[in-house]
Amino acid sequence: MRKVAIVGIGQMPVREHWNSNLRDLAVCALRDAMDDAGVQSLDGLTVGNMLSGALSEQEHLGALIVDYAGLEGVEAVKIEAACGSGAAGIRMAYKAVASGLMDAVGVVGVEKLTEYSGKYSTAALATAADADYETTVGLSFVGINALLMKRYLYEYKFDKSDFAVFPVNAHQNAVHNPNAMFRHKITAQEYAKSKMIADPVNLLDSSPIADGAAAVIVVAQENLYRYPGKPVAILSCEVGTDTLSIDNRTNPLWLAGVERSAMRAFKVAGLSPQDIDLFEAHDAFSIMTALSLEASGFAEPGQAIRFALENGIDIKGRLPLNTCGGLKGRGHPVGATGVYQVVEAVKQLRREVDEHILVPDARYAMAQNIGGSGATVITTILENMSGRS
Amino acid sequence: MDIPRYWRLKNQRYLLEGRKCQACGELSFPPRLVCKKCKSRLSEPHRFIGRGTLYTFTTIYQTPDRFDAYSPYVVGLIDLEEGVRITAQLTDVRPEEVEIGMALEMVIRQIYADGDRGPILYGYKFRPILQK
Ligand SMILES: [Zn+2]
Repeated sequence: MRKVAIVGIGQMPVREHWNSNLRDLAVCALRDAMDDAGVQSLDGLTVGNMLSGALSEQEHLGALIVDYAGLEGVEAVKIEAACGSGAAGIRMAYKAVASGLMDAVGVVGVEKLTEYSGKYSTAALATAADADYETTVGLSFVGINALLMKRYLYEYKFDKSDFAVFPVNAHQNAVHNPNAMFRHKITAQEYAKSKMIADPVNLLDSSPIADGAAAVIVVAQENLYRYPGKPVAILSCEVGTDTLSIDNRTNPLWLAGVERSAMRAFKVAGLSPQDIDLFEAHDAFSIMTALSLEASGFAEPGQAIRFALENGIDIKGRLPLNTCGGLKGRGHPVGATGVYQVVEAVKQLRREVDEHILVPDARYAMAQNIGGSGATVITTILENMSGRS
Repeated sequence: MDIPRYWRLKNQRYLLEGRKCQACGELSFPPRLVCKKCKSRLSEPHRFIGRGTLYTFTTIYQTPDRFDAYSPYVVGLIDLEEGVRITAQLTDVRPEEVEIGMALEMVIRQIYADGDRGPILYGYKFRPILQK
């Protein structure tokens, strides 16, 4: 297998892009990434997207986007894994390049969630769950996370207000990310008073729906001399799966898909959780952050909040978390999210983020993208290459 | 409304019918064609009794459109006596009375009505078992 690197990145601000359609958002992010990499052509493109069919009446994104990006005829397909679509696209590019089948592959994650009312989009997002047995009994996607959070509070004896640490941190970092949707701080008091959506999940536990597109260019390290862009190594990019519905899991508070994905990623990279300098976690809801920290091996079961408070998850902490705002602060354009996470981690390792959120001397960054309530999980570990020749 | 799905799932929604593996006895709900435990493809229908205890629950305030008329309502995960966990709405109980661990039994209730003239979907819900 060949070693792989990301040599170009691009991203659109996460917003309600009422003036832009899917293809233009994707094309801008992709061409920015190609410019950043210094490449004129690609061997292939994967498009990460979840809901273009449901919310833009548009499928067949692979062919559409290569055409409008000026890459006529290039192999291109859409990859769908619910909210994990973006990083699943990176995994496909990684495999194509590592195997030697292709030399330069683009990945663009794109999503438009604001074409219809928030309620309509929310219903579309619920298609990540089991349509026959979860959604049809009236369970919303927020509701699934609420079921997990309720049990977590019961089993580990935490108070709901203890979860404030995660969204407060995410918003604090988003202030310094110009591409983030919510560039304002929130307080633990505001969190405590926030409107309930599905008890115990409130509005400030929940990442906002938004539009966005982000892109990376994946190449082989042996060919890096061809590209002027600043490379960051992909040490591993590994997928784990689990049951779609949480009721079919023996212990719903243990995300086995996260464990499988993270353990594979650590193994391939030859690293352990202690080596990671910053972690872009999938904080679609606060409870997901906690469960991800635990199943990834950063904290013991039931100890994620204590881990956050004692070790620190802010920029100066032991494990800087969601340094560019996470899903909560940056926004969650679902199929694009996994690519945003990796783009942000690359910017950290290239020392290109605002000084307030820069993790100094970071060598290893980890990003974890979760589809549904943990049914598809993609963990990517990146390494700064500036120390290499 | 998706009529074929409604019809196809009638034994699950009205009878709580899952599968029992003929090789190892493992029970599944929803029905699985491949046994999760021993991977056998030999299985037969199995009706669950419909009693269990509440593992976790949530009160949903922001509901999917088709459930607007029922807001707020409680959805829970129920540990059935046979050792399988399922997702269902709770009924005949106020949200503030619900607690983890409470004993529940299955009943057939209206899940939602598709507009004023459309079909009405029925299916399982769970209610507290009254203490004798
Ligand atoms: Zn079996």
